Amino acid sequence: MKRLMIAASAAVALAIASGPAGAQDKLKACFVYVGPHNDGGWSEGHETGRLMVDEKLGDKVETSYVENVPEGPDAERAIERLARSGCGIIFTTSFGFMDPTLKVAEKFPDVKFEHATGFKTADNVTTYNARFYEGRYIIGEIAAKMSKTGVAGYIVSFPIPEVIMGINAFMLGAQSVNPDFKVKIVWINSWFDPGKEGDAAKALFDQGADIIVQHTDSPAPLQIAQERGLHGFGQAHDMYDFAPKAQYTAIVDNWGPYYVRRIQDVLDGTWKSEASWDGLKEGTVLMSDYTNLPDDVAAEAEATEAAIIAGEFHPFTGPIFKQDGTEVIGEGEVLDDGALLGMNYYIKGIDGEIPQ
Amino acid sequence: MTMFEGILLTIVTAATPLLFVAIGELVSERAGVLNLGVEGMMAVGAVCGFAIAHLSGSPILGIFAAILGGMIMASLFAVVTLIFVANQVASGLALTLFGLGLSALIGDAFVGIPGIGLPKIDIPGLSDIPVIGSLVFGLDPLTYLAVAITIAVSWFLFRTRGGLILRSVGDNHVSAHALGYGVVRVRFMAVLFGGACAGLGGAYLSLVYTPQWTQNMTAGRGWIALALVVFASWLPYRVMIGAVLFGGISILQLHAQGFNVPIPSQFLTMLPYLTTVIVLVLISRNRTLLRINTPACLGQPFVPDR
Repeated sequence: MKRLMIAASAAVALAIASGPAGAQDKLKACFVYVGPHNDGGWSEGHETGRLMVDEKLGDKVETSYVENVPEGPDAERAIERLARSGCGIIFTTSFGFMDPTLKVAEKFPDVKFEHATGFKTADNVTTYNARFYEGRYIIGEIAAKMSKTGVAGYIVSFPIPEVIMGINAFMLGAQSVNPDFKVKIVWINSWFDPGKEGDAAKALFDQGADIIVQHTDSPAPLQIAQERGLHGFGQAHDMYDFAPKAQYTAIVDNWGPYYVRRIQDVLDGTWKSEASWDGLKEGTVLMSDYTNLPDDVAAEAEATEAAIIAGEFHPFTGPIFKQDGTEVIGEGEVLDDGALLGMNYYIKGIDGEIPQ
Repeated sequence: MTMFEGILLTIVTAATPLLFVAIGELVSERAGVLNLGVEGMMAVGAVCGFAIAHLSGSPILGIFAAILGGMIMASLFAVVTLIFVANQVASGLALTLFGLGLSALIGDAFVGIPGIGLPKIDIPGLSDIPVIGSLVFGLDPLTYLAVAITIAVSWFLFRTRGGLILRSVGDNHVSAHALGYGVVRVRFMAVLFGGACAGLGGAYLSLVYTPQWTQNMTAGRGWIALALVVFASWLPYRVMIGAVLFGGISILQLHAQGFNVPIPSQFLTMLPYLTTVIVLVLISRNRTLLRINTPACLGQPFVPDR
């Protein structure tokens, strides 16, 4: 009996000893989300990326996430807790986590940090973003080819450079097909409000738009388009299931390949701080299947996509003029990344003013 | 469809959920119970409606589930405030927070799934009459239901004995009790009715307005409905006018942007709330108006002496 007990306690001790040791063999990759992991929009895009890491590197990496973390001081606490709990690399996936990320990074020099859509880096802090404007140029081309009224409706959230860059890229694409193409813009001051997005879509359709574009996250505008027998484009996710007759294509956020690459860098010991901005070429931005389109329009969209991927074409190639006609860049020149990230003007052909 | 018709139709659909929720709250407040939990009951109604419609494939069943969901939430509130005589304001706020959380929990499995929309009524011939055709005969069935409920509530409150009892309970619960009316029983039923209507308003969002479920999809409409009841000085037909007005402002501000009217969009977004505040101030300045229609016992707990 006594011997049995000794054997048992030894087994327990062994189990305790080997438990943490086994876990330490794996790199811990942690993610911080601003919304719920299944918000159907921004945070879910990152969650899909995390799941890809599990799938590709599951034997070497252990992932976890914290959701619904508010931007601000609370974020610092959440990030710090992750850093203390032994995470080797932490991805903070919202713009408002920028300063908290840098503060925690200073205290934990051995932990790697990656902050999405920000502009402040450090030795152990990388920033990363995606070139969504590449997709917006393509949908601009499609919109101008498919529209009968020559007017698109564009639902937007907040007047930040990322959003304005998107509107301009869309119009550059549309103007390449139809120089007189018009866009009607409605700001709803929210990233996610299905009711309001739907109302905005109805208002824009009533005003003569026959194609809807959105820089907000819910599928409501596409549902309205389907109801009216009109069309639009999905945002962040393939929204085909919500509007199979209305969606031409969707600009899909695909963070997975980036996450896999960066975590592999940590495993290989080659991780360096950088400011990464990937697009269609690296697969961080994807175009979902071209549907409800005539073959020739779909083929031209695919051709533009291929040209961007091959590096033969950049959406912001001159000549580009501001609304008042002043030239931004001349024939054949290309806007650099700094100019894109600070964009605060509409290009020529867009009516209305950017809200201040 | 002309643009004018389009705008009117959109306004009517924007007004419908507000009308449902506000008319339910009106009945509850007329009985003397201030239930600030409408936003929570609405959210639970929305998720129950969506979930059951999705699981059963029938939006009609979904609507019944939404009514039931709203009533269960309301009965929680009624037990706490009427039987255990807890503070109504605090309990109502708690109910809102609880409802928003609970709906997110229930709805977790239903995010990102396209919903089943309720079909619109289309009467051949009648629906094709210009302007009024689509506006009067081409709406979704729930909008007609909302109008019917409003008419019924007005008739019940001011034309029937039951309505008189309900109002007396809200105006002077001590006298009503002395006359032998069951104050707690009447209030309990009024609160349940409020819950059912809030559930319907939620179902309208998740089954008709935008057939999908997302967390916080009520987006403050419950609070607007609460303001609407005061705005209407507790009169059913004024609730209907107010709902159209509030729905109208939120739709017209989108149109103003499309036409490049140079007003900041943030200002236009805040307009419905601003209107509520202004109207509240105007109403409370008119003492007689306030005294005639305000339920005198609104928000006051009642403990029957034994």
